[in-house]
Amino acid sequence: MLKLLTTLSGHDDMVWCVAWNPKGNLLASCGGDHSIKIWSDDGSNKWICRATLSDGHSRTIRWVSWSPCGKKLATASFDTTIIIWKQKNEYEFEIVANLEGHENEVKCTAWSIDGGFLASCSRDRSVWVWDVSEDEEYECSSVLTSHAQDVKHVLWHPQKNLLVSSSYDNNIKMYQQDVDDWICTDTLESHESTVWSSDFDPSGTKLISCSDDKTLKLWKVDPEKIDKNTNWSCYSTISGYHNRTIYSVKWSKVNGLIATASADNSIHIFKENESNDPNEPTLTLLFNRTNAHDQDANCVDWNPVHENLLASCGDDGTVKIWNYVD
Amino acid sequence: MVVENVNPSVYQRLEERTVSETDYDNNYEDMIDEREVFDIIRNLQDPEHPLTLEELNVLDIDSIKIDNKSSTCRVEFTPTIPHCSMATLIGLSIKVKLLRSLPSNFKTEVSIKEGTHASETAINKQLADKERVAAALENMNLLQVVNRCLEDEYNR
Repeated sequence: MLKLLTTLSGHDDMVWCVAWNPKGNLLASCGGDHSIKIWSDDGSNKWICRATLSDGHSRTIRWVSWSPCGKKLATASFDTTIIIWKQKNEYEFEIVANLEGHENEVKCTAWSIDGGFLASCSRDRSVWVWDVSEDEEYECSSVLTSHAQDVKHVLWHPQKNLLVSSSYDNNIKMYQQDVDDWICTDTLESHESTVWSSDFDPSGTKLISCSDDKTLKLWKVDPEKIDKNTNWSCYSTISGYHNRTIYSVKWSKVNGLIATASADNSIHIFKENESNDPNEPTLTLLFNRTNAHDQDANCVDWNPVHENLLASCGDDGTVKIWNYVD
Repeated sequence: MVVENVNPSVYQRLEERTVSETDYDNNYEDMIDEREVFDIIRNLQDPEHPLTLEELNVLDIDSIKIDNKSSTCRVEFTPTIPHCSMATLIGLSIKVKLLRSLPSNFKTEVSIKEGTHASETAINKQLADKERVAAALENMNLLQVVNRCLEDEYNR
Protein backbone atom coordinates (compact mmCIF):
# COMPACT_ATOMS: atom_id res chain seq x y z
CA MET A 1 0.00 0.00 0.00
CA LEU A 2 0.91 3.64 -0.34
CA LYS A 3 1.43 5.23 3.05
CA LEU A 4 1.24 9.01 3.24
CA LEU A 5 4.29 10.34 5.10
CA THR A 6 3.59 14.04 4.79
CA THR A 7 1.56 16.69 3.00
CA LEU A 8 3.50 19.85 2.16
CA SER A 9 1.53 23.04 1.67
CA GLY A 10 3.06 26.36 0.78
CA HIS A 11 2.42 26.84 -2.92
CA ASP A 12 -0.37 29.37 -3.57
CA ASP A 13 -1.61 27.70 -6.73
CA MET A 14 -1.61 24.36 -8.52
CA VAL A 15 1.67 22.42 -8.34
CA TRP A 16 2.73 21.12 -11.74
CA CYS A 17 5.95 19.23 -11.11
CA VAL A 18 8.03 17.57 -8.39
CA ALA A 19 11.62 16.32 -8.80
CA TRP A 20 14.11 14.65 -6.44
CA ASN A 21 17.76 15.62 -6.64
CA PRO A 22 20.17 12.76 -7.54
CA LYS A 23 21.16 12.23 -3.88
CA GLY A 24 17.48 11.89 -2.98
CA ASN A 25 17.69 14.35 -0.06
CA LEU A 26 16.11 17.42 -1.68
CA LEU A 27 12.76 17.71 -3.43
CA ALA A 28 11.99 20.58 -5.79
CA SER A 29 8.44 21.60 -6.69
CA CYS A 30 7.02 24.32 -8.94
CA GLY A 31 3.71 25.61 -10.22
CA GLY A 32 1.20 28.31 -10.96
CA ASP A 33 2.47 30.68 -8.25
CA HIS A 34 5.66 31.34 -10.32
CA SER A 35 7.88 29.89 -7.60
CA ILE A 36 10.11 26.89 -7.02
CA LYS A 37 10.27 25.40 -3.55
CA ILE A 38 13.03 23.20 -2.17
CA TRP A 39 12.00 20.76 0.55
CA SER A 40 13.98 18.43 2.79
CA ASP A 41 13.68 16.24 5.83
CA ASP A 42 15.03 17.86 9.04
CA GLY A 43 16.40 14.51 10.26
CA SER A 44 13.38 13.64 12.39
CA ASN A 45 10.99 12.89 9.53
CA LYS A 46 9.66 16.42 9.54
CA TRP A 47 9.71 18.02 6.11
CA ILE A 48 10.56 21.70 5.79
CA CYS A 49 10.55 24.19 2.94
CA ARG A 50 14.22 25.20 2.79
CA ALA A 51 14.01 27.75 -0.01
CA THR A 52 11.50 29.53 -2.22
CA LEU A 53 12.92 30.72 -5.53
CA SER A 54 10.50 33.33 -6.77
CA ASP A 55 12.59 35.98 -8.50
CA GLY A 56 13.10 34.21 -11.79
CA HIS A 57 9.97 33.59 -13.82
CA SER A 58 7.01 35.87 -14.49
CA ARG A 59 4.49 33.15 -15.35
CA THR A 60 3.65 29.55 -14.41
CA ILE A 61 6.67 27.30 -13.89
CA ARG A 62 5.72 24.08 -15.61
CA TRP A 63 8.76 21.92 -14.99
CA VAL A 64 11.83 21.60 -12.80
CA SER A 65 14.74 19.22 -13.42
CA TRP A 66 18.01 18.60 -11.56
CA SER A 67 21.30 18.22 -13.40
CA PRO A 68 22.96 14.79 -12.94
CA CYS A 69 25.62 16.40 -10.68
CA GLY A 70 22.81 17.67 -8.45
CA LYS A 71 24.21 21.21 -8.34
CA LYS A 72 21.93 22.81 -10.91
CA LEU A 73 18.22 23.17 -11.58
CA ALA A 74 16.63 23.92 -14.92
CA THR A 75 13.12 25.40 -14.84
CA ALA A 76 10.71 25.70 -17.77
CA SER A 77 8.12 28.46 -17.73
CA PHE A 78 5.09 29.68 -19.64
CA ASP A 79 7.04 32.97 -19.83
CA THR A 80 8.95 31.29 -22.76
CA THR A 81 12.28 31.12 -20.90
CA ILE A 82 14.36 28.45 -19.19
CA ILE A 83 16.33 29.44 -16.11
CA ILE A 84 19.41 27.63 -14.84
CA TRP A 85 19.83 27.90 -11.07
CA LYS A 86 23.09 26.91 -9.41
CA GLN A 87 23.43 25.78 -5.82
CA LYS A 88 25.52 28.40 -3.97
CA ASN A 89 25.40 26.62 -0.66
CA GLU A 90 23.15 24.06 0.96
CA TYR A 91 19.78 25.72 0.40
CA GLU A 92 20.72 28.79 -1.63
CA PHE A 93 20.39 28.95 -5.38
CA GLU A 94 21.35 31.70 -7.81
CA ILE A 95 20.48 32.28 -11.43
CA VAL A 96 23.42 31.55 -13.71
CA ALA A 97 21.70 31.52 -17.09
CA ASN A 98 18.46 32.58 -18.70
CA LEU A 99 17.81 30.72 -21.95
CA GLU A 100 15.65 32.46 -24.47
CA GLY A 101 14.56 31.40 -27.92
CA HIS A 102 11.30 29.51 -27.67
CA GLU A 103 8.43 31.46 -29.18
CA ASN A 104 5.85 30.21 -26.74
CA GLU A 105 5.37 28.49 -23.39
CA VAL A 106 8.20 26.11 -22.44
CA LYS A 107 6.68 22.87 -21.18
CA CYS A 108 9.59 20.72 -20.05
CA THR A 109 13.36 20.49 -19.67
CA ALA A 110 15.69 17.50 -19.23
CA TRP A 111 19.44 16.99 -18.72
CA SER A 112 21.34 14.26 -20.53
CA ILE A 113 22.94 11.67 -18.24
CA ASP A 114 26.46 13.08 -18.76
CA GLY A 115 25.21 16.62 -18.10
CA GLY A 116 26.53 17.76 -21.47
CA PHE A 117 23.13 18.53 -23.02
CA LEU A 118 19.92 20.14 -21.93
CA ALA A 119 16.72 19.57 -23.90
CA SER A 120 13.65 21.78 -23.83
CA CYS A 121 10.29 21.68 -25.55
CA SER A 122 7.52 24.16 -26.12
CA ARG A 123 4.04 25.03 -27.24
CA ASP A 124 5.84 26.38 -30.34
CA ARG A 125 6.09 22.70 -31.48
CA SER A 126 9.88 22.56 -31.29
CA VAL A 127 12.42 20.63 -29.23
CA TRP A 128 15.74 22.40 -28.59
CA VAL A 129 19.03 20.75 -27.68
CA TRP A 130 21.42 23.02 -25.78
CA ASP A 131 25.16 22.30 -25.45
CA VAL A 132 26.30 22.80 -21.86
CA SER A 133 29.93 23.88 -21.56
CA GLU A 134 32.02 23.57 -18.39
CA ASP A 135 31.88 27.32 -17.79
CA GLU A 136 28.06 27.36 -17.88
CA GLU A 137 27.64 28.60 -21.41
CA TYR A 138 24.46 27.28 -23.01
CA GLU A 139 24.41 27.24 -26.76
CA CYS A 140 21.52 25.95 -28.81
CA SER A 141 22.93 23.22 -31.03
CA SER A 142 19.72 22.04 -32.64
CA VAL A 143 16.10 23.03 -33.13
CA LEU A 144 14.02 19.94 -33.89
CA THR A 145 10.70 20.59 -35.55
CA SER A 146 9.37 17.10 -36.28
CA HIS A 147 6.26 17.42 -34.13
CA ALA A 148 3.10 18.89 -35.68
CA GLN A 149 1.79 20.24 -32.36
CA ASP A 150 2.57 21.44 -28.84
CA VAL A 151 5.42 19.33 -27.33
CA LYS A 152 4.62 18.31 -23.75
CA HIS A 153 7.59 16.36 -22.48
CA VAL A 154 11.26 15.62 -23.10
CA LEU A 155 13.33 12.84 -21.57
CA TRP A 156 16.85 11.44 -22.00
CA HIS A 157 17.80 7.78 -22.03
CA PRO A 158 19.28 6.61 -18.67
CA GLN A 159 22.64 5.69 -20.26
CA LYS A 160 22.86 7.15 -23.75
CA ASN A 161 22.47 10.46 -25.51
CA LEU A 162 19.11 9.41 -26.90
CA LEU A 163 16.32 11.98 -26.56
CA VAL A 164 12.57 11.32 -26.42
CA SER A 165 9.74 13.83 -26.81
CA SER A 166 5.96 13.47 -26.36
CA SER A 167 3.36 15.68 -27.97
CA TYR A 168 -0.20 16.92 -28.37
CA ASP A 169 0.07 15.42 -31.88
CA ASN A 170 -0.36 11.98 -30.15
CA ASN A 171 3.16 10.84 -31.09
CA ILE A 172 6.45 10.16 -29.37
CA LYS A 173 9.72 10.92 -31.19
CA MET A 174 13.31 9.79 -30.65
CA TYR A 175 16.39 11.78 -31.60
CA GLN A 176 20.09 10.99 -31.83
CA GLN A 177 23.18 12.94 -32.70
CA ASP A 178 24.33 12.52 -36.29
CA VAL A 179 27.82 14.01 -36.80
CA ASP A 180 27.18 17.60 -35.74
CA ASP A 181 23.40 17.75 -35.80
CA TRP A 182 20.50 16.01 -34.09
CA ILE A 183 18.02 14.06 -36.15
CA CYS A 184 14.68 12.43 -35.50
CA THR A 185 15.35 8.69 -35.69
CA ASP A 186 11.93 7.26 -34.89
CA THR A 187 8.26 8.17 -34.49
CA LEU A 188 6.21 6.06 -32.08
CA GLU A 189 2.60 6.15 -33.20
CA SER A 190 -0.18 4.41 -31.32
CA HIS A 191 -1.71 6.74 -28.72
CA GLU A 192 -5.08 8.21 -29.68
CA SER A 193 -4.67 11.52 -27.90
CA THR A 194 -2.02 13.78 -26.32
CA VAL A 195 1.00 11.95 -24.92
CA TRP A 196 1.80 13.71 -21.64
CA SER A 197 4.89 11.87 -20.46
CA SER A 198 7.10 8.82 -20.79
CA ASP A 199 9.88 7.03 -18.92
CA PHE A 200 12.50 4.35 -19.58
CA ASP A 201 12.87 1.12 -17.64
CA PRO A 202 16.17 0.77 -15.71
CA SER A 203 17.86 -1.01 -18.65
CA GLY A 204 16.80 1.61 -21.19
CA THR A 205 15.41 -0.94 -23.65
CA LYS A 206 11.76 -0.34 -22.77
CA LEU A 207 9.71 2.81 -22.56
CA ILE A 208 6.34 3.43 -20.92
CA SER A 209 4.14 6.34 -22.02
CA CYS A 210 0.93 7.87 -20.68
CA SER A 211 -1.77 9.79 -22.45
CA ASP A 212 -5.00 11.73 -22.55
CA ASP A 213 -6.47 8.55 -24.12
CA LYS A 214 -6.38 7.12 -20.52
CA THR A 215 -3.95 4.35 -21.45
CA LEU A 216 -0.36 3.46 -20.76
CA LYS A 217 1.69 1.95 -23.56
CA LEU A 218 4.82 -0.16 -23.37
CA TRP A 219 7.41 0.11 -26.13
CA LYS A 220 10.57 -1.91 -26.71
CA VAL A 221 13.62 -2.02 -28.92
CA ASP A 222 16.11 -4.80 -29.62
CA PRO A 223 18.79 -4.14 -26.92
CA GLU A 224 21.58 -5.19 -29.32
CA LYS A 225 20.60 -2.54 -31.77
CA ILE A 226 19.60 0.38 -29.58
CA ASP A 227 22.20 2.67 -31.17
CA LYS A 228 21.35 1.74 -34.74
CA ASN A 229 17.89 0.32 -34.70
CA THR A 230 15.31 3.04 -34.69
CA ASN A 231 12.48 0.59 -34.65
CA TRP A 232 10.72 0.97 -31.32
CA SER A 233 7.48 -0.98 -31.24
CA CYS A 234 4.44 -0.91 -28.98
CA TYR A 235 3.97 -4.34 -27.43
CA SER A 236 1.27 -3.58 -24.90
CA THR A 237 -1.53 -1.14 -24.14
CA ILE A 238 -2.68 -0.97 -20.54
CA SER A 239 -6.20 0.39 -20.24
CA GLY A 240 -9.06 0.31 -17.78
CA TYR A 241 -7.20 1.58 -14.73
CA HIS A 242 -7.67 5.33 -15.20
CA ASN A 243 -10.90 7.28 -15.73
CA ARG A 244 -9.21 10.44 -16.91
CA THR A 245 -6.05 11.77 -18.50
CA ILE A 246 -2.81 10.27 -17.18
CA TYR A 247 -0.37 13.16 -16.77
CA SER A 248 2.70 11.47 -15.38
CA VAL A 249 4.41 8.07 -15.43
CA LYS A 250 7.69 7.20 -13.71
CA TRP A 251 9.61 3.94 -13.84
CA SER A 252 11.80 3.63 -10.73
CA LYS A 253 15.43 2.87 -11.49
CA VAL A 254 15.80 1.54 -7.92
CA ASN A 255 12.92 -0.88 -7.39
CA GLY A 256 11.60 -1.20 -10.95
CA LEU A 257 8.06 -0.13 -9.98
CA ILE A 258 5.91 2.11 -12.17
CA ALA A 259 3.88 4.99 -10.71
CA THR A 260 1.24 7.09 -12.48
CA ALA A 261 -0.56 10.34 -11.65
CA SER A 262 -3.93 11.08 -13.19
CA ALA A 263 -6.64 13.70 -13.52
CA ASP A 264 -8.90 11.25 -11.67
CA ASN A 265 -6.92 12.31 -8.52
CA SER A 266 -5.32 8.88 -8.21
CA ILE A 267 -1.83 7.45 -7.96
CA HIS A 268 -1.41 3.90 -9.25
CA ILE A 269 1.56 1.61 -8.64
CA PHE A 270 2.29 -1.15 -11.17
CA LYS A 271 4.84 -3.91 -11.47
CA GLU A 272 6.06 -5.33 -14.75
CA ASN A 273 5.34 -9.03 -15.20
CA GLU A 274 8.36 -11.20 -15.78
CA SER A 275 6.41 -13.91 -17.53
CA ASN A 276 6.74 -13.97 -21.28
CA ASP A 277 3.32 -15.53 -21.77
CA PRO A 278 1.63 -13.41 -24.43
CA ASN A 279 -1.75 -14.05 -22.80
CA GLU A 280 -0.72 -12.54 -19.50
CA PRO A 281 -1.08 -8.84 -18.82
CA THR A 282 2.24 -7.04 -18.98
CA LEU A 283 1.68 -4.95 -15.85
CA THR A 284 0.19 -6.00 -12.54
CA LEU A 285 -1.58 -3.36 -10.48
CA LEU A 286 -0.03 -3.41 -7.02
CA PHE A 287 -1.97 -0.53 -5.53
CA ASN A 288 -4.47 2.15 -6.46
CA ARG A 289 -4.69 5.19 -4.23
CA THR A 290 -7.94 6.92 -5.21
CA ASN A 291 -8.11 10.52 -4.00
CA ALA A 292 -4.37 10.72 -3.48
CA HIS A 293 -4.99 14.43 -4.10
CA ASP A 294 -8.23 16.42 -3.74
CA GLN A 295 -7.92 17.48 -7.36
CA ASP A 296 -5.95 16.30 -10.43
CA ALA A 297 -2.64 14.58 -9.61
CA ASN A 298 -0.09 16.14 -11.99
CA CYS A 299 3.25 14.51 -11.36
CA VAL A 300 4.95 11.66 -9.51
CA ASP A 301 8.66 11.07 -8.93
CA TRP A 302 10.42 8.07 -7.36
CA ASN A 303 13.28 8.89 -5.04
CA PRO A 304 16.48 7.84 -6.85
CA VAL A 305 18.15 6.55 -3.64
CA HIS A 306 15.60 5.73 -0.96
CA GLU A 307 13.68 2.76 -2.26
CA ASN A 308 9.87 3.05 -2.28
CA LEU A 309 9.80 6.79 -1.50
CA LEU A 310 7.48 8.60 -3.92
CA ALA A 311 6.66 12.30 -4.25
CA SER A 312 3.52 13.65 -5.91
CA CYS A 313 1.81 16.98 -6.51
CA GLY A 314 -1.55 18.23 -7.71
CA ASP A 315 -3.97 20.96 -8.61
CA ASP A 316 -4.91 21.09 -4.91
CA GLY A 317 -1.64 22.99 -4.34
CA THR A 318 -0.05 20.28 -2.24
CA VAL A 319 3.08 18.18 -2.51
CA LYS A 320 2.86 14.75 -0.89
CA ILE A 321 5.48 12.22 0.08
CA TRP A 322 4.50 8.58 0.18
CA ASN A 323 6.10 5.30 1.17
CA TYR A 324 5.19 2.25 -0.86
CA VAL A 325 5.02 -0.87 1.32
CA ASP A 326 4.27 -4.33 -0.05
CA MET B 1 -14.48 43.16 -36.47
CA VAL B 2 -16.59 41.42 -39.10
CA VAL B 3 -19.71 39.89 -37.64
CA GLU B 4 -20.01 36.34 -38.98
CA ASN B 5 -23.58 35.57 -38.11
CA VAL B 6 -25.33 38.85 -38.93
CA ASN B 7 -28.86 37.99 -38.05
CA PRO B 8 -29.02 35.22 -35.46
CA SER B 9 -32.28 33.66 -34.28
CA VAL B 10 -33.18 34.76 -30.79
CA TYR B 11 -34.78 32.27 -28.43
CA GLN B 12 -37.00 32.71 -25.40
CA ARG B 13 -35.36 32.73 -21.99
CA LEU B 14 -36.26 30.05 -19.49
CA GLU B 15 -38.44 31.21 -16.59
CA GLU B 16 -36.67 32.01 -13.33
CA ARG B 17 -35.93 29.21 -10.93
CA THR B 18 -38.62 28.41 -8.38
CA VAL B 19 -37.28 28.87 -4.90
CA SER B 20 -38.05 25.92 -2.68
CA GLU B 21 -38.30 25.82 1.11
CA THR B 22 -35.15 23.74 1.46
CA ASP B 23 -33.20 26.61 -0.12
CA TYR B 24 -33.50 28.42 3.21
CA ASP B 25 -32.70 25.38 5.32
CA ASN B 26 -29.03 25.35 6.33
CA ASN B 27 -29.33 21.77 7.52
CA TYR B 28 -30.46 20.55 4.14
CA GLU B 29 -27.63 19.12 2.04
CA ASP B 30 -28.28 20.66 -1.33
CA MET B 31 -26.58 18.90 -4.23
CA ILE B 32 -25.56 20.92 -7.25
CA ASP B 33 -28.07 20.27 -10.01
CA GLU B 34 -28.33 21.02 -13.73
CA ARG B 35 -30.57 24.02 -13.16
CA GLU B 36 -28.05 25.58 -10.80
CA VAL B 37 -25.24 25.19 -13.32
CA PHE B 38 -27.49 26.50 -16.08
CA ASP B 39 -28.16 29.63 -14.04
CA ILE B 40 -24.41 30.13 -13.62
CA ILE B 41 -23.73 30.12 -17.37
CA ARG B 42 -27.01 31.10 -19.11
CA ASN B 43 -26.23 34.82 -19.04
CA LEU B 44 -22.74 34.63 -20.51
CA GLN B 45 -22.54 37.13 -23.36
CA ASP B 46 -21.98 36.17 -26.95
CA PRO B 47 -18.67 37.73 -28.14
CA GLU B 48 -20.39 39.25 -31.21
CA HIS B 49 -23.95 40.10 -30.19
CA PRO B 50 -25.43 41.83 -27.15
CA LEU B 51 -27.26 38.59 -26.41
CA THR B 52 -26.76 35.79 -23.93
CA LEU B 53 -25.71 32.25 -24.81
CA GLU B 54 -29.20 31.15 -23.75
CA GLU B 55 -30.92 33.64 -26.05
CA LEU B 56 -28.81 32.36 -28.94
CA ASN B 57 -29.62 28.76 -28.00
CA VAL B 58 -25.89 28.04 -27.62
CA LEU B 59 -26.86 26.59 -24.25
CA ASP B 60 -30.03 25.12 -22.85
CA ILE B 61 -30.68 23.19 -19.69
CA ASP B 62 -30.29 19.86 -21.51
CA SER B 63 -26.70 20.79 -22.43
CA ILE B 64 -25.69 20.20 -18.82
CA LYS B 65 -24.95 16.92 -17.06
CA ILE B 66 -24.01 16.85 -13.39
CA ASP B 67 -22.68 13.89 -11.46
CA ASN B 68 -22.22 14.78 -7.81
CA LYS B 69 -20.78 11.36 -6.98
CA SER B 70 -17.76 11.84 -9.21
CA SER B 71 -17.89 15.67 -8.94
CA THR B 72 -18.19 15.99 -12.69
CA CYS B 73 -19.91 18.73 -14.66
CA ARG B 74 -20.27 18.27 -18.42
CA VAL B 75 -21.47 21.09 -20.64
CA GLU B 76 -22.13 20.73 -24.37
CA PHE B 77 -22.67 23.92 -26.31
CA THR B 78 -23.98 24.50 -29.81
CA PRO B 79 -22.26 27.18 -31.90
CA THR B 80 -24.74 29.36 -33.82
CA ILE B 81 -23.09 28.48 -37.13
CA PRO B 82 -20.87 25.47 -38.04
CA HIS B 83 -17.87 27.63 -38.96
CA CYS B 84 -18.09 30.00 -36.01
CA SER B 85 -14.56 31.27 -35.30
CA MET B 86 -15.70 32.28 -31.82
CA ALA B 87 -16.41 28.70 -30.74
CA THR B 88 -13.14 28.29 -28.81
CA LEU B 89 -13.66 31.61 -27.05
CA ILE B 90 -17.24 30.72 -26.12
CA GLY B 91 -16.10 27.34 -24.77
CA LEU B 92 -13.30 29.00 -22.82
CA SER B 93 -15.72 31.51 -21.30
CA ILE B 94 -18.03 28.70 -20.15
CA LYS B 95 -15.03 26.85 -18.72
CA VAL B 96 -13.72 29.92 -16.86
CA LYS B 97 -17.14 30.76 -15.42
CA LEU B 98 -17.51 27.19 -14.13
CA LEU B 99 -13.95 27.09 -12.76
CA ARG B 100 -14.68 30.27 -10.83
CA SER B 101 -18.14 29.24 -9.62
CA LEU B 102 -18.11 25.52 -8.84
CA PRO B 103 -16.29 23.97 -5.85
CA SER B 104 -12.61 23.46 -6.70
CA ASN B 105 -12.84 19.66 -6.62
CA PHE B 106 -15.32 19.70 -9.53
CA LYS B 107 -14.07 18.44 -12.90
CA THR B 108 -15.50 20.55 -15.67
CA GLU B 109 -15.72 19.28 -19.23
CA VAL B 110 -16.81 21.73 -21.88
CA SER B 111 -17.27 20.52 -25.43
CA ILE B 112 -19.10 21.26 -28.64
CA LYS B 113 -22.29 19.30 -29.22
CA GLU B 114 -21.55 16.53 -31.69
CA GLY B 115 -22.10 17.46 -35.30
CA THR B 116 -22.55 21.20 -34.81
CA HIS B 117 -19.12 22.57 -35.75
CA ALA B 118 -16.66 21.92 -38.56
CA SER B 119 -13.62 21.69 -36.27
CA GLU B 120 -15.26 20.32 -33.14
CA THR B 121 -12.63 17.61 -32.51
CA ALA B 122 -9.76 20.11 -32.54
CA ILE B 123 -11.63 22.64 -30.39
CA ASN B 124 -12.75 19.99 -27.90
CA LYS B 125 -9.18 18.75 -27.53
CA GLN B 126 -7.98 22.28 -26.84
CA LEU B 127 -10.69 22.93 -24.26
CA ALA B 128 -9.87 19.62 -22.52
CA ASP B 129 -6.14 20.41 -22.28
CA LYS B 130 -5.85 22.07 -18.88
CA GLU B 131 -2.26 23.09 -19.53
CA ARG B 132 -3.26 25.10 -22.59
CA VAL B 133 -6.28 26.52 -20.76
CA ALA B 134 -4.00 27.57 -17.87
CA ALA B 135 -1.60 29.22 -20.31
CA ALA B 136 -4.44 30.96 -22.14
CA LEU B 137 -5.75 32.40 -18.88
CA GLU B 138 -2.34 33.97 -18.19
CA ASN B 139 -2.69 35.91 -21.43
CA MET B 140 -4.03 39.29 -20.29
CA ASN B 141 -5.53 40.25 -23.65
CA LEU B 142 -7.44 37.01 -23.93
CA LEU B 143 -8.51 37.19 -20.30
CA GLN B 144 -10.00 40.63 -20.93
CA VAL B 145 -12.08 39.28 -23.81
CA VAL B 146 -13.20 36.31 -21.69
CA ASN B 147 -14.11 38.58 -18.78
CA ARG B 148 -16.22 40.69 -21.12
CA CYS B 149 -18.25 37.58 -22.03
CA LEU B 150 -18.68 36.92 -18.32
CA GLU B 151 -20.26 40.31 -17.64
CA ASP B 152 -23.78 39.38 -16.74
CA GLU B 153 -26.28 42.02 -17.79
CA TYR B 154 -29.28 40.28 -16.22
CA ASN B 155 -27.71 40.18 -12.78
CA ARG B 156 -25.98 43.52 -12.86
